[in-house]
Amino acid sequence: MGMFDAWAGFGVTFRTMFKKPFTESYPKKPFVTAPRFHGRHQLNRWPDGLEKCVGCELCAWACPADAIYVEGAENTDEDRYSPGERYGRVYQINYLRCILCGLCIEACPTRALTMTNEFELADHSREALIYEKDRLLAPLLTGMEAPPHPRRLGPDEQSYFLGLPPTGTPDTRVASAPKGEEK
Amino acid sequence: MGLEDKLPSGALTANLSQVAGFLLKTSMWPATFGLACCAIEMMAAGSPDFDIARYGMERFSATPRQADLLIVSGRLSQKMAPVLRQTWDQMPEPKWCISMGACASSGGMFNNYAIVQGVDHVVPVDVYLPGCPPRPQALFDAILTLHEYVVKSPLGANRVEAARAAEAAALKATPTHQMKGLLA
Repeated sequence: MGMFDAWAGFGVTFRTMFKKPFTESYPKKPFVTAPRFHGRHQLNRWPDGLEKCVGCELCAWACPADAIYVEGAENTDEDRYSPGERYGRVYQINYLRCILCGLCIEACPTRALTMTNEFELADHSREALIYEKDRLLAPLLTGMEAPPHPRRLGPDEQSYFLGLPPTGTPDTRVASAPKGEEK
Repeated sequence: MGLEDKLPSGALTANLSQVAGFLLKTSMWPATFGLACCAIEMMAAGSPDFDIARYGMERFSATPRQADLLIVSGRLSQKMAPVLRQTWDQMPEPKWCISMGACASSGGMFNNYAIVQGVDHVVPVDVYLPGCPPRPQALFDAILTLHEYVVKSPLGANRVEAARAAEAAALKATPTHQMKGLLA
């Protein structure tokens, strides 16, 4: 038992001061989740801006927490939101019920519903956490036009789905004005 | 042209409640109310990897009498509800509540007779945090959301008045089960 043994412990404290801290600094640096993290949902669009959702309610049926509410409606040629017959007129996800399990994503037949990595959802009221289409729809990228508008990728619904590139490659089709609408 | 023009902005003219709010938010002691799996994430938030002490919250209080913030994490059963209310009543004013996770906020996927459909039936909730369970970063996001709210919220007699006004407004509002178009 040496004289300085009692001080040896302070050496550990002193050395730790020069070590790199492994605590993450989340609010200062943005936190990047795993790429397939289940975060907030997103309603996707076709490359011309029309919505992919067809209002079939399969996501609502698959949801184990009954967090999704969908109301479909008929498209008309004047008022067209999706290339097919129907579109989701009302689409709501209650994030206070949602358990972010992803069963709705698996159920979606048109890949209209996918999940983003966004996890910062805290809010002050129940009403604010019921997300409607205005917050769920994907942003309009370049070349997209906000619906309602006529089909730009082809003459009918089949051309939208059959023209899809193979799985894993991005959809790079460019929207073109259909015949009779060229300016 | 007073003295405050020569000082950094608002050094003298800062609202007293904002100063108090800053002091309150920087040393807010949470009372744990871990009820289920969300409590695991809440404990992880206290670990060195995430370090809740960065927000002045290192002292996770085991007693409600020295706590400012109630983090309800997990599904609240009907039998536990009076215990939660008693814990809340034992906390000194000013106090806040975070409802962590889907089950605490609305019952989540447990829509049955055993689970309270949202802890806001029992205690007033300031911040709702969705997720099942929310990751520790999401809890920090809720805490930062609460911090903004604390700085802005009134104190003392004004706080009591604001709480009364909020309660009166809530009593007058349409019950969620009567709302059409929105999910209850």
